[in-house]
Amino acid sequence: MSDMEIKVPTMAEYMAKGEAPDVLFWVGCAGSYDDRYKKVTKAFVKILNAAKIKFAVLGTEETCTGDPARRAGNEFLFQMQAMANIQVLDGYQVKKIVTACPHCFNTLKNEYPDLGGNYDVIHHSTFLQELIDSGQVVIADGKPFKGKKITFHDSCYLGRANDVYQAPRSVIESLDAELVEMKRCKTNGLCCGAGGAQMFKEPEEGNKDINVERTEDVLETGSKIVASGCPFCLTMLSDGIKNKNKENEIEVLDIAELIAKNQQL
Amino acid sequence: MDYIQQILFLIIAGVAGYLLFGRVVQIRSNIKMGKDFEPSGDKSTRFKNMVLVAFGQQKMFKKIIPAVLHLFVYVGFLVINLEVLEFVIDGVAGTHRIFAPYLGSFYTVLMNIFEFLAVMVLISCLVFLIRRNVLKIDRFKKIEMNGWPALDANLILITEVVLMFAILKMNAADQILQSRGVAHYTDTGFLFFSAHFIPLMDNFSDGTLVFVERAAWWFHILGILAFAVYVTYSKHLHIFLAFPNTYFAKLSVKGHADNMDAVTNEVKSMLGMLPADAAPPAEISRFGAKDFNDLSWKNLMDAYTCTECGRCTQQCPANITGKKLSPRKIMMDTRDRMEEVGKNIKAGNKGLDDGKSLLGDYITKEEINACTSCNACVEACPVMINPLDIILEMRRYIAMEESGSPQSWNVMFQNVETSFSPWKFAPTDRFNWSEDLKNPKN
Ligand code: SF4
Ligand code: SF4
Repeated sequence: MSDMEIKVPTMAEYMAKGEAPDVLFWVGCAGSYDDRYKKVTKAFVKILNAAKIKFAVLGTEETCTGDPARRAGNEFLFQMQAMANIQVLDGYQVKKIVTACPHCFNTLKNEYPDLGGNYDVIHHSTFLQELIDSGQVVIADGKPFKGKKITFHDSCYLGRANDVYQAPRSVIESLDAELVEMKRCKTNGLCCGAGGAQMFKEPEEGNKDINVERTEDVLETGSKIVASGCPFCLTMLSDGIKNKNKENEIEVLDIAELIAKNQQL
Repeated sequence: MDYIQQILFLIIAGVAGYLLFGRVVQIRSNIKMGKDFEPSGDKSTRFKNMVLVAFGQQKMFKKIIPAVLHLFVYVGFLVINLEVLEFVIDGVAGTHRIFAPYLGSFYTVLMNIFEFLAVMVLISCLVFLIRRNVLKIDRFKKIEMNGWPALDANLILITEVVLMFAILKMNAADQILQSRGVAHYTDTGFLFFSAHFIPLMDNFSDGTLVFVERAAWWFHILGILAFAVYVTYSKHLHIFLAFPNTYFAKLSVKGHADNMDAVTNEVKSMLGMLPADAAPPAEISRFGAKDFNDLSWKNLMDAYTCTECGRCTQQCPANITGKKLSPRKIMMDTRDRMEEVGKNIKAGNKGLDDGKSLLGDYITKEEINACTSCNACVEACPVMINPLDIILEMRRYIAMEESGSPQSWNVMFQNVETSFSPWKFAPTDRFNWSEDLKNPKN
């Protein structure tokens, strides 16, 4: 499959052809700029290509959803961003959006409607689960996670904030992996420490960093792979694992990367 | 002689009623100092929440041991209050166990149920006392619990133990008096639990027994009346407020932050999105919350409902890792400030303009800034309190009224404004990630 030509069409290109894609992939700022998360973006795009999904991205027309501004209290800035984005989305008559960032997901899905932007928004873990269920992605037998212990870290904005707990777990289980839960999981999951705009400042004084506390939960499971579905969690957990000098033993991977690896994309 | 007891009872009940009424009025007016708030969603869902969470204690069952113990105290409280009805009628009418002749053997069954619950309440409260004071469970030992809050919790537990003990003692004395055929002491049938106290008092004279029975009766009813007034000053208000509080709790998913419509109007007018004939946006007195009256009345009711159980703080990632933030403290501070201003106003003082405010004098920026908005506290609260709401309102005040957010957030704001991303990257580079996918050189 590696010689497959990968396409990343934009909404503008579709519009020029007088067509519309089935779904918009909202990449998000981390997915666009963060070196680690760009790999997730690419993995997800490869899956979309392989599954022949008619998707598009906004490309340079995408801007921050405004989530970090809202969580940090700057409601003006949030609403300016949101309204500008709604204008773009409505201009392209977007109906369905998939995103690999729980913060974008939450804001687009739950908060844009208050400002007049109504879309059917799903997180990429749910989207992947649907692709597997419908047979558009056929899990290759056994490779490379069969029987391996994988633990899943619930992102606050996917789990508690939006009650999505099962989809990412179904994806992991479909890989024949052994899903091992951390002692704090699902509704009791512990934050990675980055939510609420904490990603963009130093933590307040305390006796420990939150991501280190969370990493200890990961280590307790004995898993060599920890999966998540959020760019911030991915960063925080990777840092936590480095802090414990375990970066050569434990991999932090996004749900989409698990599938891409299985599909050898 | 009997009249004296009746008159005394009426006076005491009257005083308690007066004090209680005064407190209810005070709390109501304090809560009404909050901003208007539109409860979300439909009434039937909210009603269902109230039935499940307040009446059915659903969220308590995340921790099974305290849930079962608390259930006994709660059911005991509800059911034993039926007996208080008889106490009040007897007290006013000068009768003794007025329901007994009418209910016959059913009265015996009822009394045995009450006694069973009294024993369970007694045991539960003793275990709670041990948990709080001997086992040193972490969530009861945080700094915001020092002093009055810890004393409050213990006082209530001890009071309940003593009150339940009084019921059993009263019933025991009553049973002995019945068996001796003393006048007034109507047959109640055999009361199983209190019967165990009979040997302790069997050799008392009739007079002593009547005294013990009366004393226990008075002690119990005075205790209940005092409790009713005391509750309004204590974390125990949750026994009433849990009901409206769960009814008015937010129904949308937890991730949804309330939109600030006032800001929407301003933003729309700035972007020229308002129709030409629209009225200019009204002057907003203040964005976000500096003092308690900038919060919604639901936030304020939350504060009065808080039981100080610390389930929120126990789950808070910031608190777990030693930061100053404790969602329970946010709720306690809000209530303390509200009480302070309410008292000021009542005393004819300056009220809100006393030079203090909730943010600054009670809650610090350091606490507010440490929140990850993870919603663990909201999830944990057994009575559906939302500490995150208050935290976000304060962040809004700090960011929009004071421009006092942490420096790195101000940088982030600037990046979003100018580069449309929280990091300072060129907007034109946003789509660069696709290059090596489209031209795979690797
Ligand atoms: S939302 Fe904030 S206050 Fe509540 S538990 Fe999470 S970090 Fe703590
Ligand atoms: S806010 Fe809720 S969970 Fe926290 S202490 Fe109060 S009652 Fe308990």
